[in-house]
Amino acid sequence: MKGQILIGMNGDEAAAYSTKQVNPEVVAAYPITPQTIIVERFSEYVADGEVDTEFVAVESEHSALSSCIGAAAAGARAFTATAANGLALMWEMTYIASSLRLPIVMAIANRALSGPINIHNDHSDSMGARDSGWIQIYCENSQEVYDACIAAWRIGEHPDVQLPVMVCLDGFTLSHTMENVMTLTDEAVQEFVGKRRFITVKGHMGETEFRLNPEVPLTMGPLDLQDYYFEHKMQQIDAMELALKAIPEVDAEYAKVSGRSYDFLHPYRMEDAEVALLGLGSTMGTVHYVVDQLRSEGVKAGLIKMRVFRPFPAEELIEVVGDLPALGVLDKAASFGAPGGPLYEEVKSVFYDEDRRPLIADYIHGLGGRDTSPSMIRGVYETLMGIKREGEVPEKVSYVGVRG
Amino acid sequence: MSELTLREAAKKPEAIAPGHRLCAGCDETLIARMVLKASRGPMIVTSATGCLEVATTIFPYSAWNVPWIHTAFENAAANASGIEAAWRAMRRKGSGPLAKYETLDVVAFAGDGGTYDIGFQALSGALERGHDFTYVLVDNEAYMNTGIQRSGGTPFAASTTTSPAGKVIPGKREWKKPIDEIVIAHGIPYVATINAAWPMDVMRKARKAFEAEGPAFLHAIVPCARGWRYPPEKTIEVSRLATQTCLFPLYECRLEGGRPVYELSGPSTAVARRPESKKPVEEYLQMQGRFRHLFRPEKREDLIGSIQEWVDLNWQVLLEKAG
Repeated sequence: MKGQILIGMNGDEAAAYSTKQVNPEVVAAYPITPQTIIVERFSEYVADGEVDTEFVAVESEHSALSSCIGAAAAGARAFTATAANGLALMWEMTYIASSLRLPIVMAIANRALSGPINIHNDHSDSMGARDSGWIQIYCENSQEVYDACIAAWRIGEHPDVQLPVMVCLDGFTLSHTMENVMTLTDEAVQEFVGKRRFITVKGHMGETEFRLNPEVPLTMGPLDLQDYYFEHKMQQIDAMELALKAIPEVDAEYAKVSGRSYDFLHPYRMEDAEVALLGLGSTMGTVHYVVDQLRSEGVKAGLIKMRVFRPFPAEELIEVVGDLPALGVLDKAASFGAPGGPLYEEVKSVFYDEDRRPLIADYIHGLGGRDTSPSMIRGVYETLMGIKREGEVPEKVSYVGVRG
Repeated sequence: MSELTLREAAKKPEAIAPGHRLCAGCDETLIARMVLKASRGPMIVTSATGCLEVATTIFPYSAWNVPWIHTAFENAAANASGIEAAWRAMRRKGSGPLAKYETLDVVAFAGDGGTYDIGFQALSGALERGHDFTYVLVDNEAYMNTGIQRSGGTPFAASTTTSPAGKVIPGKREWKKPIDEIVIAHGIPYVATINAAWPMDVMRKARKAFEAEGPAFLHAIVPCARGWRYPPEKTIEVSRLATQTCLFPLYECRLEGGRPVYELSGPSTAVARRPESKKPVEEYLQMQGRFRHLFRPEKREDLIGSIQEWVDLNWQVLLEKAG
């Protein structure tokens, strides 16, 4: 597409740069490795007068999201970014942001949750927030981070959705790794995101836009008990359902502007695949490499990269999996005491009611930033081939790359 | 600075409608109504979790005639920071729904739990960052909404459900946290103590708080009939005594040339001028069931004496500061 410029950026810089182009009213953030570059770069844009944004250098992540909530309720676009313990400290506010239906955008530089303290990548932080009512997009590379941090506004602000969005990028693997990123012009980004639009609601003082309006006051965040709470939760459930329709709309529009198409799931070599791996984020780049190797050796291997985890694209997954005999799920988070990792459990539930379903095995890998090498992935495909051959899953959950 | 007149205040519509579910004799609404009467025009209000929030907004009802938001317990100052930042950015951009307002009174209400304890960090951060907002501490000296548990704002010897007056321990063992001094130490432009027994003083101070450029802090003593154990019709009487005994003196502190300048307000100036009019703290204590154990089964002269000493010392220190 015309006017795009190639810039060398790491994932954090891509998040900061796209946010600069969006020029939101408020960015409230607190530093935490490996997200720090996002707030540093953005602070530079503020210091150099390149944005109109009010940068609120808060004293904690809890206040970061609380400030974003205040700002978004007042009608602003509000952005924040965090990781691991920072997201854990925000915990309470993540649920409140989504239940107040505020389309905040938050970048998560995925990092292992303490303890023991560890600064490297896994998905224990954002997976813990999977029930918080946020849309979750997982990125494979800096390009995806850049694009998602722009599309996220339109997804979250979609009149049928009105939900906050997490853009997840793997700590260090993406956050600190320089890559080529095709960037839109500022004008193209501005045109794409437009001005924030508000839905109209019926408040106790009359009909008004859904924001804190001094002229037609609304009460936001009231006490909501047995008689209404459940209905309000249903609205959130419905909004996630509607997001399944809204996301492809926004993605299609973004594709027109950028030439880059995104979907819930990105399958690769799946048409005739006999074994495949499903996973999130940067690991899928390694998997891609291994699939190519295996294909050149005559193995019918494929992969499915899941870009959108919330809402969970169940129907799309069923369709993409098709007649695949054996599916491995790559989980970069453990769920202690559960039957398996979080992604595995959801994938299995989706297929429970299907007549046509693959044998499914879980591969928990990369905890605390443990490297997941091509040879490990190759090993995983080998076990999948065994599963396919035997027609059964001897070990439902395996741990890849851990010492015995 | 435009001094608020009674005429102007009387004309201002009520920010909080009647029919809310706060207890009879509750002082919180009195303070909230008086403070918001002093608003200069457009305002956005945020409340921390607590009685004021719970009792005014049981869905689908709301008593708020002004835009209002509650999110959580510990973050009223952080919510206010975001609201103020949104307004400031929209002003700068010249676009967005709040861009047209030359002034926006951003007001945060929080109780003692939400200020002295769980909300302390967010408050300190917002003060340090210098957001232009007014924080109103409605201090009823315990976690009343959850059933009268002690907080950092609970006074010495008060009996609460987590600092009960027992056979061995006579109520709370710690003294009240000096929140005003802590706030003043942040070097913010305006801090004042307020008491609903003197409504014009409350409203004039609130106007000054709104007009201050930067953070302003209003500390209200709000007697709670349920938690302090006195008949609901005595709220103003108890409140007045808090100031007349100098337990809760009324004063302002402005920042002038980088220095905090203390000034006593009318009711406390009167006591300073006529020290013999200062009422003994015992008079205040004996009205309240939370201090009953200081009088029955036997009078605890030692504890009452300690409280009187504490009051005298703090009053003396304030007099020195207020010159």
